[in-house]
This record gives sequence, structure tokens and C-alpha cells, in this order.
Amino acid sequence: MATASTAQKSTWRKIYEWHESRLPIVTYLDHVVGTKYPAPRNLNYFWNFGFIAGFMLLVMILTGVFLAMNYTPHVTLAFDSVERIMRDVNYGWLMRYLHMNGASFFFIAVYIHIFRGLYYGSYKAPREVLWWIGVLLLLAMMATAFMGYVLPWGQMSFWGATVITNLFSALPVVGKSIVTLLWGGFSVDNPTLNRFFALHFLLPFVIVGLIVLHIWALHLPGSNNPLGIEATPADKVPFHPYYTIKDTFGVGAFLLVYFAVVFWAPNMLGDADNYIPANPLVTPAHIVPEWYFLPFYAILRAIPNKLIGVLAMFGSILVLFVLPWLDTSRIRSATFRPVYRVLFWVFVADCALLTWCGAQLPEGLPLVLGRVGAAWYFFHMLILMPVVGWLETPKPLPASISQSVTGG
Amino acid sequence: MANTAPAHSMHGDGADGDTRRDFLLHMTIATGVVGTAMMVWPLVDSMNPAADTLSLSTIEFSIAGLKEGQDITVVWRGKPVFVRYRTPEELKSAQDVDVKDLRDPQTDASRVKKGHDAILIVVGVCTHLGCIPLGQKATDPRGEFGGWFCPCHGSQYDASGRIRKGPAPANLEVPPYTFVNDTTVRIG
Repeated sequence: MATASTAQKSTWRKIYEWHESRLPIVTYLDHVVGTKYPAPRNLNYFWNFGFIAGFMLLVMILTGVFLAMNYTPHVTLAFDSVERIMRDVNYGWLMRYLHMNGASFFFIAVYIHIFRGLYYGSYKAPREVLWWIGVLLLLAMMATAFMGYVLPWGQMSFWGATVITNLFSALPVVGKSIVTLLWGGFSVDNPTLNRFFALHFLLPFVIVGLIVLHIWALHLPGSNNPLGIEATPADKVPFHPYYTIKDTFGVGAFLLVYFAVVFWAPNMLGDADNYIPANPLVTPAHIVPEWYFLPFYAILRAIPNKLIGVLAMFGSILVLFVLPWLDTSRIRSATFRPVYRVLFWVFVADCALLTWCGAQLPEGLPLVLGRVGAAWYFFHMLILMPVVGWLETPKPLPASISQSVTGG
Repeated sequence: MANTAPAHSMHGDGADGDTRRDFLLHMTIATGVVGTAMMVWPLVDSMNPAADTLSLSTIEFSIAGLKEGQDITVVWRGKPVFVRYRTPEELKSAQDVDVKDLRDPQTDASRVKKGHDAILIVVGVCTHLGCIPLGQKATDPRGEFGGWFCPCHGSQYDASGRIRKGPAPANLEVPPYTFVNDTTVRIG
């Protein structure tokens, strides 16, 4: 075959093959997200959000690099340089609105991606390490988003940075030294702004590296699916073109919503106080983080003791690392777990409740609801997950993906 | 393969089976670990306050114009420092507290300089999460204990800057300071 086709090969084909035999990058990508990666045939639209999150990361890196060309990380110039981007730099307003709303939409995609994993049991064996890297990705994203929010050096930037860095002062003995190390001084000041800018630029590339590991870990067991059962080769289709086209459609739909916010309500998710330049001597009456941190902020404030509050807040994310062992059920998909399925939606509602509580002043009803919500969060993770796994009677699993459709 | 060195070389086999090659390997790893640690510390320490930041940590200011019942705020290390010339009533309310009832037990006398009992100097940063408490202006809310009130999470401090109510774990910090003379204070 090789000898017969050699004469008909185009010049481009020869160049391609010459290059591919020296660096097989196209072959490699074809195995990663192409025709050589078999994916279950029954993936639903919730499986779009990993691809969408990856796409949003690219949007953030691209807009971020161009914003950095016009941004000045200095306490006397940062706020004005951002205003200059908004007013004077050609399309600067577009770049900044894409970037600040891009963070929100990146989190929307990732949170849906995580809840999809929780519903369909994607964290269970043999995908525990894949899940761990996902939790690391979430932590890296949160650190990046937090430091990015500090850069415009508005009132909320400054006081958000002050409150969040002060969380570490709750640690016994080393707390104060850690905070001084984070600040590079005795309060949030110019050294803090400088290092946050450097780290905000670096961390997205760390996230890219973690995504490579995330996809690597995904490719050994392959994708989970809505039934949660092992997909046989007969029940798989090549990632390209089946899921490349489906994911592209999903990205298009997602971008419609994203651009609607960017163009028509770009400050909807922001806080008006951040258009006031930072003033280290005046604290705003009501400090709130960005919406994607609100559930964790609510957990922090639910507990009247400073150290325990801080530990609970970090613990609410760290508990995800041991979730594969807290969940004692061997059935992955909630479709076949009647009790867990209800509890999952209660948990979603609980996260929504905590989000609302985190935005309110910590007194009266929001404080009480915040405490109930925080208690339920840990009750769900630490008690219900193992106990329900033991006691629940799952529905019968289909023998294969095709059998679940044909019945035969 | 015949020319390959045997796995257990004859160079100085020790009683426990360690060879000279193992020794060299361990020494190389140890040197690498120590060398890496020696390089990591300068990187970490470069994030600590720099010399110019530290040089700003001493300030002097005058309290000559401060009258009884008045407050001034000075900036030290980028943070506000509250200076309050307390009225006799405020002073009495701060001194009469039973120290045993406090969350962070400190007498008022231990928080001021002898001979300058009426002058209270504290760092104006809430010990909870670092907000600036209200109470420096006459129109500000001062909480139930006549000191300062933090709007962020509701901590209340008394006329000695001690925590009395709310989530903060400790009293407002007293910075290191001295009276250079009767009207000049040096902080830091």
C-alpha cells in the first residue's frame, strides 16, 4: 500500500509526513482529543462543561496578556491604569469586560462540571486521581481569581485582600509571620500588589499544566457516562468528530450567554465599591467577595470562632479530596441511587442557600440560615455520603449502554 | 553484556553491602537536597518586608494639640493608629473593669505608659479579619462599651481598646512606642 500511494501523495502530504515522523504532534493530539480517543456514545450535555471550561481558560489567558500590556502594578497607578484601559486603550473596555466576566463564566462552567461529577459519581474508582487533580485545579483557580480581583486596586480589591490574607493569622504560632510574608510588609500594600500581579500571571500556566495531567488521568479509564457503567468498545464512538462537534455547539451556546452579559450587563456580577480607589484607612460598610466565593464566605462567617471558622472554610474544599472514600456506594450514577439522587439536589439547594447567605450581613435570619447551611454541607459530606452508601438499595444496572436503549 | 560492569562492584564492599558507588550516590543526593534548600530560602525570604519597608516602621508625631475627649489617627506601617485622649469618665470605665471577665485579660494600666494614663494608643485594625473599627469621629458609633465598633462583623471594643463582644479574638494591639517628651510620641 505504501509503495502504491507514494506516487499520488501531494507535496503538502509529504511535508506533513516528513514533519510527523520527526515530531508526531498531530498523531499525539489525535489520540488526546481526536479520532483515536473512544468516548461513550451516551454522553449528555453536562459533559460539555469540561471543554467549555478549557475554552474559557484560553479566553482568560488571551485577554489577560493584552490587559497586562496596559496595566501598572503600583498602588498609586493601578486604579488609574485600569480606568485608562477602560477609556483610552482601543477596545480596552472589551478586553477588561471579557476578562472580569470571563472569570465568572469560567467558574460557572467549572461548578457545573463539578456538580456533574458529583451526580454521576465521576470521582469513584478508578478516577480518584483524576478527581484530585480537579480539586487542585479548583484551588488554583480560586487563588488566581482572588489575586486578579485585587489588581484594579479598588476598595473591594483592597479590603477583600485584607480580609482573605488575615484568614491565615488565625493559625496558631506561625499565623502572623505567614501574613507578613504574604504582604511583604505590615499591611496590604505595594509589595503585595506586585507579587499578586506576578502570581496572577503565573498561575494560569500552572492551571494549563494541571489540565494536561487531568486529561492524562482521564485517558486511562476513559470518560465516565450518565449510566456510570463501564462502556464496552461497541458502546464507544471516536471523540472526533462526534464530541468535537457537540462540544463546539455547547461552547457556542455558552458564549451567547457570556457575550450577552459582557455587552449588556458587564457590571452585573461586580461590586460598585470597586470603582472607588483603595483607601487603607476606611473600610467599606459591607465587604462581600465575588459571587463564586460566597458559599465559602458564608461557612467562614457561620462559625463564631475565628480559627474554627477558617478551618471549616478550607475544610469545605479539602473534604472533596477524600470524597471517593466517604462515598461508600459502588454505584456511580445517581440515576440508579434513589436516595442519593434526592440528597444530591438538596446539596445543590444547600450550596445555593450558602451563596445567598454569603452576600447578606451576618446577622439575624441570614446568619441562622448560614449556620444551618454550613452544618448541612458537612453533614452531607461526612455522614450522609457513607451512611446512604451502606443503607441504600440501588436500582438494577443495565448490562450495557446499548441495552439500556434497546432493552435487548 | 559480557563487558558490562557487575551489579555488585568490587570497589570497597562494606559489611552491610554498601558500595563506594552507593556512598557517592547518597552524598550527591544529600548535596542536592541541601543546595536546593539553600536556594529556596532566599526566594522565600525575598517575600518578607524589604529594608525600605522596614525603615518606614518608625514614626514620630506630636500630641500637643490633642485635647481631652479628642482622637487623632496617624498612619504607621500602612495601618491607622488610634490615639485617644480619654476623659476622666472613660478612664474610670476602662480601669474599673474586672479583668477576669475579659476574653483577652489585660488591665488598662498595662496598655498605657505610666504618667500618661489618659493617652491610649492602639493599632486601629480589628483583630478579627483586619477591618478598621469606627469610633474615631465624634459622630461614629462606638458600641456598647464606649470604645470602637467594627462594622464588618460587629466586634466591640471598650475605652481601653479591649475586645468585649463579637468575633474578634484579641484586644486592639498596643504598638511599641515611647514618649520622647511630654508632647511627642515615637512609634516603632
